[in-house]
Amino acid sequence: MALNSLGRQIPESFAGKKLVPYSDPWSLQPHAERSTRAIRRLSHNGSKLVGGLREAIIASGLKDGMTISTHHSLRNGDQLLNDLVKEIDALGIRDIKIASTSIHIVHAELIPYIRKGVITGFECGVNGPIGELVSKGELDCPIVVRSHGGRARSLITGEIPVDVAFLAAPYCDEYGNFNGYYGPSACGSLGYAQVDAQHAHKVVAVTDNLVPFPAVPVGIPQSVVDFVAQVPKLGDPKKIVSTTTRITTDPIGLQIAKYAALVMESSGYVKDGFSFQTGTGGISLAVAENVRAIMRKGKVKGSFGCGGITGNFVDMLEEGLFEALFDVQCFDLRAVESIGRNQKHVEMTAGTYANPFNCGSVVNRLDCAILSATEVDVNFNVNVNTESMGYLLHNTGGHCDVAAGAKVSIVVAPSIRGRLPIVRDAVTTITTPGETVGVIVTERGIAVNDNLPELKAELIRRHAPVKDIHQLRDEIYAVTGVPKPIEFEDKVVALIEYRDGSIIDVVRQVRA
Amino acid sequence: MAEYQLRRTLLYVPGNMPSMLQNIPLFQCDGVIIDLEDAVPLSEKDAARILVKRYLESYKERNKEILVRINGLDTKWALDDLKAILPGIPDGIRLPKADTPEIVERLDTLLTEYEEELGLELGFFKILPSIETAQAVINATAIARASPRLIGLAFGAEDYTATMEINRTKGGEELFNARMNVLWAAKAAGIQAIDSIFSDVNDMEALRVETELIKRLGFTGKCLVNPRQTDVIHEVFAPKQDEIDYALQVMEAIKRAREMGTGVISLKGKMVDMPVVIRSARVLRTARAHGMVDIIINEEDIHGAE
Repeated sequence: MALNSLGRQIPESFAGKKLVPYSDPWSLQPHAERSTRAIRRLSHNGSKLVGGLREAIIASGLKDGMTISTHHSLRNGDQLLNDLVKEIDALGIRDIKIASTSIHIVHAELIPYIRKGVITGFECGVNGPIGELVSKGELDCPIVVRSHGGRARSLITGEIPVDVAFLAAPYCDEYGNFNGYYGPSACGSLGYAQVDAQHAHKVVAVTDNLVPFPAVPVGIPQSVVDFVAQVPKLGDPKKIVSTTTRITTDPIGLQIAKYAALVMESSGYVKDGFSFQTGTGGISLAVAENVRAIMRKGKVKGSFGCGGITGNFVDMLEEGLFEALFDVQCFDLRAVESIGRNQKHVEMTAGTYANPFNCGSVVNRLDCAILSATEVDVNFNVNVNTESMGYLLHNTGGHCDVAAGAKVSIVVAPSIRGRLPIVRDAVTTITTPGETVGVIVTERGIAVNDNLPELKAELIRRHAPVKDIHQLRDEIYAVTGVPKPIEFEDKVVALIEYRDGSIIDVVRQVRA
Repeated sequence: MAEYQLRRTLLYVPGNMPSMLQNIPLFQCDGVIIDLEDAVPLSEKDAARILVKRYLESYKERNKEILVRINGLDTKWALDDLKAILPGIPDGIRLPKADTPEIVERLDTLLTEYEEELGLELGFFKILPSIETAQAVINATAIARASPRLIGLAFGAEDYTATMEINRTKGGEELFNARMNVLWAAKAAGIQAIDSIFSDVNDMEALRVETELIKRLGFTGKCLVNPRQTDVIHEVFAPKQDEIDYALQVMEAIKRAREMGTGVISLKGKMVDMPVVIRSARVLRTARAHGMVDIIINEEDIHGAE
C-alpha cells in the first residue's frame, strides 16, 4: 500500500498490474511510443461481409484471454454488447476483458456471463448494477474506471491492447465506411469509436443498416475496417437518443443555474471568443439557457461549444452564438440531425477531446465548463463514481478531463439530496482532484477555490452569496446532520484511474 | 407612512411539505406565507401544524418575513394553529376569510394574549387579512382600520371569483372593481395592498402582463404559488434607471433644502416636497433590494432630523 498525494491508500498492484499512485494533475509524463498494430492487406476485391455476429467473432480470430471493445454512443439503447457476449459464450470462448468506452445499465444482462467466466474484467467504467454487485462482493470482476480522455490515452499508448473492436455502425456500406448520422439506430457523433477504429488490432463494423457503397459522409473509413457484420437490430432507438432533453423546472435547480451563470459572467470570459461546455442534466441546460441570454444581450460571438451535444447547443450554433460545436457524443434527436447536415457541427474523437497525452486536446481550449457532482469535499475534490451507500454506480465520463482543461470549471449541485449533505468533510471516492475545480455552486452559496482570487473578488463585488467552503459545509450539516461513515472491507474491487493513468482512488468492497 | 418593508413577492409554502419548508431561507422572494389552510388536506392538518411549529423553532437566522396562513377563525383548527405556531415567533398571520372588521379584531385580541404570555412587545405579531369574498370587498375600508397590526390588505382573487360565481380570466376585467376597492381601502389606511396569486406557473408572459397591470393600479406586491414566478414579479417592480437617477437627485435636493432650513425646494423647475421625497425613498429602497444602488435610505433622510 502507498498513500497518494490526496491521502488515499493505493495498493501496489491490481489484477496483476503495477500501479502508479496519483501525485498531481500535470507532471506525469508519458514514456511510450504510439501503440502499433499489424498492417494488413486485403486480398484484391475481397469481401468484408462476413455474415452475422458469430461469423464476425470467428473471422476476427477472437480467443480466450483477449480484450474486446464496443462504443457507447447508443447509450442505454445498446443491444450490441449483450448480443456479442452471448455469441462469445456460445462459441465457448472464456476469460474475455471488456474495454468498451462505457457500460450502461442495459448491460446488466452481462452479469450471468461474468459469473460464468466468459467476462473476467472491465478495463472501463461501469454505470449501474454491475458496479453495485462488485461493490457488495457478490460479483468477482476487477474494474478499472477511466475518464473519456484517459480511456483514449490507454488505447493510444497501448496500455490496453484491444484485440477486437466491434463497432456499432448505424449507416454502413459493405466495404466498411460508416457514420452514425442516419438509419434506425442513428446516434450522431461516433467520437468514442474513432479511437478504437484507429487502435484496435481488428475492427468489425456491425450494422443494422447496410447501404450501397459509398456510405457518405465517411465517419470511420473503409481503410481501417477489417470486417462488416450484419445484425437485425443494434438497439432500441428510443433509448439511443432522447427526443427531448429538458431544462429543469425545480426552483432550487434554477437558483443554482442562475448563480452558475453569474459565476461565468463574473469570470470575464463571456466575451468574443468564449468557449463553453455543459452537461445534459436539467440544471446544466438551465445554465446554458442563462448563458445564451447573457451572450445575446452582450452580442457575444463565441468560439466553440463542446462535449456531449444537445439541441440547446445546436440552437446556439444556429443562432450564431458559437463558431462551431465539437461533438464527441449526441444526446438528442436534434443534435443527431444537426451533425448530419451542418459542417460547423464537428465530430470530435475522444482523443482530440480529452486525451492528456497528445499535443493538446480540445478541453484545454475551454474557458468555462459546467460539471456535476455526487459529492464535493472541503478541498474541492469531487466524487461522481460512488453513491451514498459506497457502491460504484457511475462512470467518470469527461469529468476530470474537463475540470483539468477548462480555465474555470464550475461544479453545480444541490446542497442536499434526500437527506444527504453534498458538501462534506471528505468525499467517498475522489474522481476529480480539487486542484482542478474552480467553483462549487449550490443553492446555499458559491464556494470559490483559492486559486481563483480575482473571480472571488468580482463575485463579492456583485453581491453574490460567496461562502467559504467550510462555512457552506457547516450550514448543510446543520440541516442534515453528519452522516455515519460507510464501512468498507480492505478488498479493492475497482480502481479510479486519473486521466494520466495514475491511480487517484480505489473502490473497496462495502462491509455487509 | 408605516415602516417600509418590501413585500413585492409573498410566496405560499405548503405547511405539510418538509422539502419546501427547508428551502425557505433560499427562496429569493421578500416573504413567505406558510400555509396551514387550503394547501393542507384535512387528514394532515395536525401533522402540518406540528411540522411548521418545529420548522419555525429551528429557523433562527431569518432572512425574510415569515407569515403563517392559519385556518379560518370559524374552523375548529384555528386556535390550535395559533397555539402551536406563535411560540415559534412568525412575523405575522395571514388571516383567511377576513370578511368583517370583527374577525380581524378577534384575531388581534388573541394575538395580544399570546404576546403577553410570550413576553413580546404588544403589537409584535402583524396581520395580513385576506379580502377574498364579495362581503370582504364591501367591508374593505373598515377592515383596513380594524387593527394597528395590519401591514396591508391581501386580495384573494380565486376565492373572490368563487363567491361571485364567475370564472377568473387572464385579462382580469372581472376583478377590476374589487381590486380598486381593496386599493382605496389600503391606501386610505396607509397600509400596503398585495395582489392575488397567478395560478398558471408556466405562463410567465401572462404573469408579467398581470403584474404590470396591478403595479400601475397601485399594488405594492403580489402573492405567488411557485418560486419560479419571483423573478418576473421583481423585474416588473424594479425601478427604471431614470426613476433611480431622479430619486437620487430628489434626496440630494431635499438634503440641501434642509441645510437651508426649508422643507421644500425646486428641482429642475419642479417642486420637491414630502410626497415626492417619500416616493423617491421608495424607489431607492426598491432599487437597493434589486442591487441597483448601494445607498441606504434612513427614516431621517426622508423626514429630516428633529
